[in-house]
Amino acid sequence: MAEPKEMITVQDLHLYYGQQEALRGVTIDFHRNEITAVIGPSGCGKSSLLKTINRLNDLVPDVTVTGTVKLNGQDIYAPNMDAVALRKEVGMLFQQPNPFPFSIYDNVIYGLRISGEKRKNVLDEAVERSLKAAAIWDEVKDRLHDNAMSLSGGQQQRICIARVLATQPKVILMDEPTSALDPISSSEIERTMLKLKDDYSIVIVTRNMQQASRISDRTAFFLAGELIEDGPTRDIFMQPQKKETEDYISGRFG
Amino acid sequence: MFRRNFEDELNDLHVRFSEMGMMVNEAIYKSVNAFINHDKTLAKEVIEADERINQREVDLEKRSFEMIALQQPVTGDLRMIVTVMKASSDLERMGDHAVSIAKSTIRVKGNVRVPEIEQVLAEMSTKVKQMVEEILDAYVKADMKRAKEIAAEDKNVDAYSDRIYKMCLSQMQENPDTIVGSMDYMLVDSYLERIGDYVTNICEWIIYLETGKLVELNSNVEEDNIF
Repeated sequence: MAEPKEMITVQDLHLYYGQQEALRGVTIDFHRNEITAVIGPSGCGKSSLLKTINRLNDLVPDVTVTGTVKLNGQDIYAPNMDAVALRKEVGMLFQQPNPFPFSIYDNVIYGLRISGEKRKNVLDEAVERSLKAAAIWDEVKDRLHDNAMSLSGGQQQRICIARVLATQPKVILMDEPTSALDPISSSEIERTMLKLKDDYSIVIVTRNMQQASRISDRTAFFLAGELIEDGPTRDIFMQPQKKETEDYISGRFG
Repeated sequence: MFRRNFEDELNDLHVRFSEMGMMVNEAIYKSVNAFINHDKTLAKEVIEADERINQREVDLEKRSFEMIALQQPVTGDLRMIVTVMKASSDLERMGDHAVSIAKSTIRVKGNVRVPEIEQVLAEMSTKVKQMVEEILDAYVKADMKRAKEIAAEDKNVDAYSDRIYKMCLSQMQENPDTIVGSMDYMLVDSYLERIGDYVTNICEWIIYLETGKLVELNSNVEEDNIF
């Protein structure tokens, strides 16, 4: 039987920081092998949404989440769900490249090592596979034991992508992954993303509208904690249904 | 819906534009053949096939709009897309003229024919067809020098047009039975002449593509002086 196209389904999701409601009943699907861009002004809830998908909000005190988030049909907020196992399935990339201050090799295998993998051939294979998939293998293959901090920002970010890929996730969440990078490094990351979607589902939060329109298959527009509109990127950027979306995309906001 | 990268989309746009050019070229060739051979079946074929040409123009326009909206192309990439949009509307008009020639074929009923004029029309259409083929090739190669040369060839088409016009006039004076037929010859002649002008337009777009400059080749002043 063919897999359903939805990889993540979010139903009536509410998220509160204390008394403040950051997400107000969001219902949205994220599709397999597609890039979904989440756009909206600061404070609209886009990063909060991303963090609920791999339960990073668990670490924030005083957070309440209601509604359901399912990964591959499985409720990730179910009591029997192991958050560490979940985060292996749902990798995350942040705005600032954050390699650990050790070698490229050790960075990539970090996730595997903490899950107990010790076999050298398995680790070697994972390093090569992940660095290749992150499109940085050719640049670093001769210096795998150099410190990852010595690389450029764009290279560091691709090392971080490789680190995410090493645990073989299903979903990669990206929170403004290129906003700290120069245009050339950004386009390298974008190219890598287009390649990665053959094997992964990607959700990217971005403030760069051009980036959303260039690389995403679907776009979701958020405003004040609500999903205003989502759909195929070409529809959202050519003919959005809601005036708020059109105003934001055309830069007529506020 | 799967997104592909910009280069692939641009390449696809090129291919689809070139295909449209070939469709139009075929329509022109068939329409003149149909006219000269009084082949109404072939003429109907040209009229029916025009729908595909029109659809292709709409398709190219839609793709171009999407690429502009979603990829925000600049410099040469932007000019490339603008060129396809503008030149495809020229191609579409050329296809409409082929349809007009085909319709003249269907209208003709027992006209007195003038083989000498038909001979010159056939030569003129061969020249126009050759120019259309050449311009498509120059477009694919973005060959600006060639585009200018092709535009210069339009004066040969205008010379044919002038010749046919004069031949028709003298035929009508000599033998009033040929008036209706000669009027049709003059119409077909003017359609072919217009197709030549659209080829010149595409030459101008190729120059724009390469230089970013909008130029006017073969200005009307010179053309009007032929008559």
